[in-house]
Amino acid sequence: MYVAVKGGERAIENAHRLLAHERRGDKDVPEVTLPQISEQLALAVDRVMSEGSLYDRELAALAIKQARGDMIEAIFLVRAFRATLPRFGASEPVETGRMQVRRRISSTFKDIPGGQILGPTFDYTHRLLDPELEEGFVPEEPATAACSEGATPRVTDILGRDGLIEPSPKADADQPVGDLTREPLSFPADRDLRLQNLARGDEGFLLALGYSSQRGYGRNHPFAGEIRFGEVEVEFFAEDAGFAVPLGAIALTECQMVNQFKGSATEAPCFTRGYGLAFGQSERKTMSMALVDRALRARELGEEALAPAQDEEFVMSHSDNVQATGFVEHLKLPHYVDFQSELGLLRKLRREFAQAQTEVELREAAE
Amino acid sequence: MNTPAYNFAYLDEQTKRMIRRAILKAIAIPGYQVPFASREMPMPYGWGTGGVQVTAAILGRDDVLKVIDQGSDDTTNAISIRKFFEKTAGVETTTSTAEATVIQTRHRIPEATLHAGQVLVYQVPIPEPLRFLEPRETETRRMHALAEYGLMHVKLYEDIARFGHIATSYAYPVKVNGRYVMDPSPTPKFDNPKMDNCAALQLFGAGREKRIYAVPPYTSVVSLDFEDHPFSRYRFDAPCALCGSEDSYLDEIVTDDQGGRMFVCSDTDHCESRQAQGHRGTQSAAPHKEARHG
Repeated sequence: MYVAVKGGERAIENAHRLLAHERRGDKDVPEVTLPQISEQLALAVDRVMSEGSLYDRELAALAIKQARGDMIEAIFLVRAFRATLPRFGASEPVETGRMQVRRRISSTFKDIPGGQILGPTFDYTHRLLDPELEEGFVPEEPATAACSEGATPRVTDILGRDGLIEPSPKADADQPVGDLTREPLSFPADRDLRLQNLARGDEGFLLALGYSSQRGYGRNHPFAGEIRFGEVEVEFFAEDAGFAVPLGAIALTECQMVNQFKGSATEAPCFTRGYGLAFGQSERKTMSMALVDRALRARELGEEALAPAQDEEFVMSHSDNVQATGFVEHLKLPHYVDFQSELGLLRKLRREFAQAQTEVELREAAE
Repeated sequence: MNTPAYNFAYLDEQTKRMIRRAILKAIAIPGYQVPFASREMPMPYGWGTGGVQVTAAILGRDDVLKVIDQGSDDTTNAISIRKFFEKTAGVETTTSTAEATVIQTRHRIPEATLHAGQVLVYQVPIPEPLRFLEPRETETRRMHALAEYGLMHVKLYEDIARFGHIATSYAYPVKVNGRYVMDPSPTPKFDNPKMDNCAALQLFGAGREKRIYAVPPYTSVVSLDFEDHPFSRYRFDAPCALCGSEDSYLDEIVTDDQGGRMFVCSDTDHCESRQAQGHRGTQSAAPHKEARHG
């Protein structure tokens, strides 16, 4: 006798219990701690903070631990927590020109005021697996030098003084920056919302789109004007006090792409900008973001927009990995009601097809 | 560390008010998709976040909640969502369609006729009925604004030309209140007639796509068709093997690998109620029990 399947509730509980067990792994191996994740898997933490849109190293480390190292799952955990947080207001725009620079490079000028600072980078390492890192490796103390006195102005500002690059649009106090987590997105979207979407967007998706623009699908001739990574101060305008108060410092990576622009009937040729910004040290992300930001400006700059990277609806609707993974993975949910409908339809269509075939054969036999 | 503390039914009151405003607008314009600032919920997009947000926004302490997926109260995701509201709202839950004041559903409309005062909340994956004909939101919004639904009729006509009948078996498009073409969510077309002139309020939430729409009570909902090819409900050849019901939607159960099949009601509450009333099918089962695992 058939008894309908029950017991889903206990099955779910048991599955989660098993997950917790698997997450811990072999109990003879020491448990990983949040400071270990935060300190030694720092770039993973940076990515979870960026795409999770929440600057909190400790929570990001917890999310990575809870997600067993699954980055998108960790980003999802942070996002779901972020959605419940109250909003007190928006900070003042951060001044990346006054960044406490830890790394800063330009590929457009050999030397720049403040100098090229390589900082901690994988660039120029030979990608040879290093057995020394297996355990107990004690790195050398880093080389130090006296702190430079001079400023490190942004390369795009240097270009801007000669009018060779389009000016950055001025902030408009009457036009607060949009927030797509608070207002539903509609198209066409302005650049503030596009940049927010890209900042939260999946690194891999943006990397592929940026790459596609380099390979000719919406080519825009980029140069890495400047990439800088370091700490900037965040300030919040306190109504009560009547002035901006510092909240603390956050680590940011900023990428300013410098792109060709042929000019138009009304505008002289000049360089244009693509912009990328992310929490922590996230160079691949910010570079990809800057390429895609510039590609999405095609309409504004009167360029032909035919490539995927230039298609605002396509890019913005599919960049969010939390949305994407949810919808792709929802195929795991039961669909047997719909499937039953399709099954019924398919059987009917096949029956009709077979009938028609038989009729054709009979007719041919009769002729 | 920032330890989370959550409000009644999870969402903060400000968010609930925002969602309620969208719901009111949706009720005022039946079938129109109202954009809303969907939040990230603690379950994945595509797993009912739209329905969960709508339910969270309308749930009161006196409500009795029922959650079904594929017609059943016991499918894993229905259990997960019911537990979520038990935990965050502490409301009474039920599996009885008649006793529930709010029913959240995925892919089915209960067989029992809904009554006035009830709210049916649908989980919607893709709210736009024209999406598979036109991928761009900017275009489909324009088409709705102009009530330009020719493309949909052409699609249905092409089905008839090719297959002899309309080859859409679920998420079958409907016209609401004579104005907006609406996606009923991926319910089988078998359920479409239940939406028409329904006494209950029907709310649709699409979390990932950030849309809410509604069918107010006693509103006309017409499945799209042609005069010479009228809409027809899917019919099963056999009654339910457990309760003998001849007018309910059935699940096909594969009983062995020799082609053995049986058909049972997809609406578990409907099937159990009928069995309790003494109705029997060909393979009437013992009363459902939670199967024992280890």
